[in-house]
Amino acid sequence: MNALTVHAPVLLVAVPLLGAFATPLIGKLGRRTRDLFVGLIVAVTAALAGLLAANFFASGAAPSVYVLGGRAFNMPLPSGMMVPIRILFEVDGMSAFMTLITALVTLAGAYFSFSYWKERSGGSMYYSLLLLLTAGIFGMELTGDMFNFFVFLEITSIAACGLIGFRVWLRKSQEAGFKVMTLYTLSGLFVLLAIALLYGQHGALNIGFLASQIGSIGASLVDKIALGLLLTGLAMKAGAVPLHMWAPDAYGEAPAPMSAVLVANSQASLYALFRVLFTLFGVGATLSANGWILIVFAMLTIFVGVTMALVQSDIKRLIAYGAVSQIGYMLLGVGVGLVRRASLLAGGAALADKADALDYGFVAMQGGIFHMLNDAACIGLLFLTTGAVIRASGTRDLNKMGGLAHRMKWTTIFFIIGAFALAGIPPFNGFASKFLIYEASFKLSPFLSVIAILSSIMLLAVFVKAFQGAFLGSKTGLSDAGEAPFGMLLPMAVLALVVIAFGLFPGFFVDTIVTPAARALWLGPSEYIGAVLGGG
Amino acid sequence: MSVGNFPFVIAALLVAFGLYALLFKRNLIKMVIGISLVETGVNLFLVMVGYRSGGAAPIYTYATAGERMVLPTPQALTLTSIVIGLATTALLLSFAVFVHRHYGTLDVRKIKELRG
Repeated sequence: MNALTVHAPVLLVAVPLLGAFATPLIGKLGRRTRDLFVGLIVAVTAALAGLLAANFFASGAAPSVYVLGGRAFNMPLPSGMMVPIRILFEVDGMSAFMTLITALVTLAGAYFSFSYWKERSGGSMYYSLLLLLTAGIFGMELTGDMFNFFVFLEITSIAACGLIGFRVWLRKSQEAGFKVMTLYTLSGLFVLLAIALLYGQHGALNIGFLASQIGSIGASLVDKIALGLLLTGLAMKAGAVPLHMWAPDAYGEAPAPMSAVLVANSQASLYALFRVLFTLFGVGATLSANGWILIVFAMLTIFVGVTMALVQSDIKRLIAYGAVSQIGYMLLGVGVGLVRRASLLAGGAALADKADALDYGFVAMQGGIFHMLNDAACIGLLFLTTGAVIRASGTRDLNKMGGLAHRMKWTTIFFIIGAFALAGIPPFNGFASKFLIYEASFKLSPFLSVIAILSSIMLLAVFVKAFQGAFLGSKTGLSDAGEAPFGMLLPMAVLALVVIAFGLFPGFFVDTIVTPAARALWLGPSEYIGAVLGGG
Repeated sequence: MSVGNFPFVIAALLVAFGLYALLFKRNLIKMVIGISLVETGVNLFLVMVGYRSGGAAPIYTYATAGERMVLPTPQALTLTSIVIGLATTALLLSFAVFVHRHYGTLDVRKIKELRG
């Protein structure tokens, strides 16, 4: 292991953070230099994420701890108990998986922006906020400490709202910015209050240590209140219905490529939610109830998201509601897994054996987690094509645009790929993960998969409407609009290739990256705790 | 003199007042004040949770030998939270300024172009 591999977790946060604050300075040297610099920073970050994940999945997928500062991080108390005292990053299957998603989306979003934002002002602010958001998301995914986690959560909140509202001359963006910032701040304060309760109860902030305390002495009433606050705060920030009021505004009013990155941000909150439910409160009496709460959130999110998408006439807001509904599928998969896991634990079964036998609960988790990656790729692709469409037609109103397929052949093809993938049509990636979710949730209750399938079909209707509105029809007054430039087509093509590759070879990707991620959650907190308390 | 659980009650009241302002006030500035109140309540709670009666400040050279020191982590967390609160309040207020510039009002009932 060379130094780069060892320090990859902290570099993933440090490199974009440095880039974020250097960008406005380098922006003074001109647009080209700035774009080159941002491109370099984003590429280096993505390479680091790739390195981290490759190294992690190749080395047998055991959780590893990265210590900031000194080497020894466990301090023995006079009673003999070991307490971790330093700031720790912890990489396990799930966090390595999430860094891959974030890297993919930021890479596509940033490189798309180099053409998309060429003629517009405020570029330095734009890239600076993008890099800050990236640093925050990576931090949320890698940290092993609640204190850190809160700080990174707030970094993403502020950076995300900056991206939504930095164009102060657009009236709707200011309204959206205020609304989103209010709800993000509130969710952050819920999380902070929960952290304070956990600290008061256990006297530490390390996630592994807290998990071992809760696991060994059981969750007290205070712990359960903290769990409720964390659930509410993180579900709010992930955009789960009924706490989704901000999500369509955020995705709809941010610049199109940034909407894709905002989806990755929501997924990071979703990751934190899973971390809380599986690691922090991974053993205990409330598991089954937690699972059903997730399933209720999921059903509402899927259904409300799709029905609200049906009535939109603004293409970006339509896709935004589509993105909201997809969060529901991830919650459904993982919620079914949690319910099943609880019943297995209650029955006294050994979870490791069940994971090998591919119990339907584990399959549901695989589906839900695989869908995070698939959703990031295809909703990212859809937001990028939407950006190209809006740039070409100069409007977001589906009733005013039309006939774009005549001139924008590639964009049309990419839109079709993204829409089919999101609606779960084979052979695209959305089908692969949704099928796992349908199959597994059917075993728990047929009602769940009926709603899920029905909503997918409705989503297809939504995209048919959007496609018909934007691309079909005779050449209109907008027909002088040309194809998107190569710089915008390339990131779209990369995402489209990812969508197709994951759809054609789902088995390979599920085995190599999704299964270790699902296992890390499914097996519970023991490995995660062991890496912290067993180490130096 | 011991203060008992009094600060916890104050913290809970601050959070409750803040949430009330956030939910029922129609003026954007008053909503920001509500957020600030919630934040103050949470910060007070954090400080209280980290407080140990009779503990010394966690400065190694100041404490006499054998004296109990307070763990500085919750204090650091509170400081961080105060700084973050400054940033979020500033951002929220600047959004409110621009909303007023565009819509000519701070009444949330009249600012609703993003519905449905």
